[in-house]
Amino acid sequence: MTIDATDRRLINATQGGLPLTPEPYAEIAGWLGLGEAEVIDRLKAMQDRGVIRRIALAPNHYALGVTANGMSVWDVADDRAEALGTRVGALDYVSHSYLRPRALPDWPYNLFAMIHGHDKREVEAKRREIAAILGDACRASDILYSTRILKKTGLRLTEGS
Amino acid sequence: MRRTALPPDALDATDRAILNALQDGFPLAPHPFAEAGKALGIGEEELIARIRNLREGGAITRFGPFFDAEAMGGAFCLCAMAVPAAHFDAVVTLVNAHPEVAHNYERAHRLNMWFVLATGRPEGIERVARKIEAETGLSVLRFPKLKEFFVGFRVKA
Repeated sequence: MTIDATDRRLINATQGGLPLTPEPYAEIAGWLGLGEAEVIDRLKAMQDRGVIRRIALAPNHYALGVTANGMSVWDVADDRAEALGTRVGALDYVSHSYLRPRALPDWPYNLFAMIHGHDKREVEAKRREIAAILGDACRASDILYSTRILKKTGLRLTEGS
Repeated sequence: MRRTALPPDALDATDRAILNALQDGFPLAPHPFAEAGKALGIGEEELIARIRNLREGGAITRFGPFFDAEAMGGAFCLCAMAVPAAHFDAVVTLVNAHPEVAHNYERAHRLNMWFVLATGRPEGIERVARKIEAETGLSVLRFPKLKEFFVGFRVKA
């Protein structure tokens, strides 16, 4: 997956968001000294290659009342983990879902899924839904609630970082 | 970023329709607001004004391209530590001092500190994790992602 210097400039220009003007891609093109068509084509090409996952609006889920979340973790049989993880990741209340290595004996869990809800009770109900999806492929599970944010900086890549 | 719910009357039906529709995508075309507005039954200018209001009111965290940071060449690793309560604050200071620590959460578990390392190159992860171990005298468990399932998350406005 290659990004050239112009793509990199386009990423830097848009990682703060799209300008709220009738022709946002023409506006960005003006900043970078490119044509509008080139900006659109490059964004489309990056989307096709997976560098851009989507161009969209992300609602602030806290503002919409979805304020509770828990990191659920599951010990899922290796031969079924990928298929089941795909189903868990597709749930609309799961924001991040990954397979990760276990750290035995401390940590038997290989599937991680961040569950969101309006309150802790809803998060626990969703956790039971996931348990039902995993069924007997799951040997153990836990959920970790955050008690404090110790540091939060956005993942902003800058030149050469 | 706002971390509390907006009052229930802060958004009207059109605002909610915008938040619901544009989560799924935004056109890559010369007049994307006009195009997206058509499907919502509102004009270009109204859509722009409403998105601006929603953003200023804290209802939107991001509007634009979502990049796959790894595809751009970065390396990331979720890490966890079991930190004794008596040293917790001192360890927070040592860990957070590293600019590669992108975010860090205290969680209710024996492994009570969870952070993400973000480095420009893959070998940076090991270097920083070992440095944190040396500085704190504690193990840093590494949970790199083996596979990401990325599809679903949607919030109904």
